[in-house]
Amino acid sequence: MIDRTQFWIVVVVLGLATYAIRFSFLGLLGNRALPGWLQRSLRYTAVAVLPALVAPAVLWPPATGGEPDAARLLAAVVTVVVGLATRQMIIAALAGVATLLGVPFLL
Amino acid sequence: MSASRESYLRGVRAALPFAVVIVPFAMLFGLLASEAGLQLYEIVAFSLSVFAGASQFAALHLLQDQAPLLVILATSLAVNLRMLMYSVTLAPHVGAAPLGVRAVMAYLLVDQSFALSVAEYDKRPSMTLPEKTAYFFGAVTPVLPLWMGSTVAGALAGRAIPPEYALDFAVPIAFLAMTAPMIRSWPHALAAGLSVVLTLVLTVLPYGTGLLVGSTIGMAAGAAFEYWREKAAA
Repeated sequence: MIDRTQFWIVVVVLGLATYAIRFSFLGLLGNRALPGWLQRSLRYTAVAVLPALVAPAVLWPPATGGEPDAARLLAAVVTVVVGLATRQMIIAALAGVATLLGVPFLL
Repeated sequence: MSASRESYLRGVRAALPFAVVIVPFAMLFGLLASEAGLQLYEIVAFSLSVFAGASQFAALHLLQDQAPLLVILATSLAVNLRMLMYSVTLAPHVGAAPLGVRAVMAYLLVDQSFALSVAEYDKRPSMTLPEKTAYFFGAVTPVLPLWMGSTVAGALAGRAIPPEYALDFAVPIAFLAMTAPMIRSWPHALAAGLSVVLTLVLTVLPYGTGLLVGSTIGMAAGAAFEYWREKAAA
């Protein structure tokens, strides 16, 4: 169950902080440039955070009590490989879902 | 038809194909948020306040895991840090627009409006300031209602779906499908790979902090690798 106090703090703080990020240079700082190291790092935030966020659930899915599961592992691998090959988020997601649903029938 | 109006409509048309991505993604968010026990007004407040899909999924995931508040905020914000780049990149193009216009643009600065606008500004260097802002607003016009509407639709559908349908793996698949096309170079691959491995190793740390440490090191490694490659190529 989601704690409601925590939830509303997240809604307000995450909303304000995300707006502050968006407004920063557009609204206040104008044409000032970011230092090169920071620009470079920002390019890698999403690719570093997003897969790591779900990696534990891929290896140790809560739904199986933490036991590695062939269908989920394969679905993750297929999603990544198809995403790399096609560069299409939707195709990758569909391939992953098809694998997840299809593997239990094959094994 | 005025030039601004034409730019606005060009932006709308360019953004329409994104519906294919936005609709299922937003519906999934609404669905999972409703499965997590959130009420419709709470889900709508969440989407209106943050208006950044990936970070909303991240926050929802961590809220359900009862992660510490600071970990939830730090992780979700890290997902949105890329928007600092967007803000920096747009500033020279539309910095001369009135503050009120830029304040609204900031709220509407999402992956789609950014990517389309920057591509258009590069393609047509002769665009005037009103044309540039009009194009930006056009490019986000389909996105906001599609995102909000599909979130609500997903939330309503969520109440009708029995809990035995395993949706637990929808988020991992959505995140991996989103990330894989972003891996455009070896530094990107290093950042993602190292971050994943370190986070898995560091799951021994108190919940969620392993992810912060792992992804920070992964990000720094990607940036360092890119810097080193540029040096070597120079």
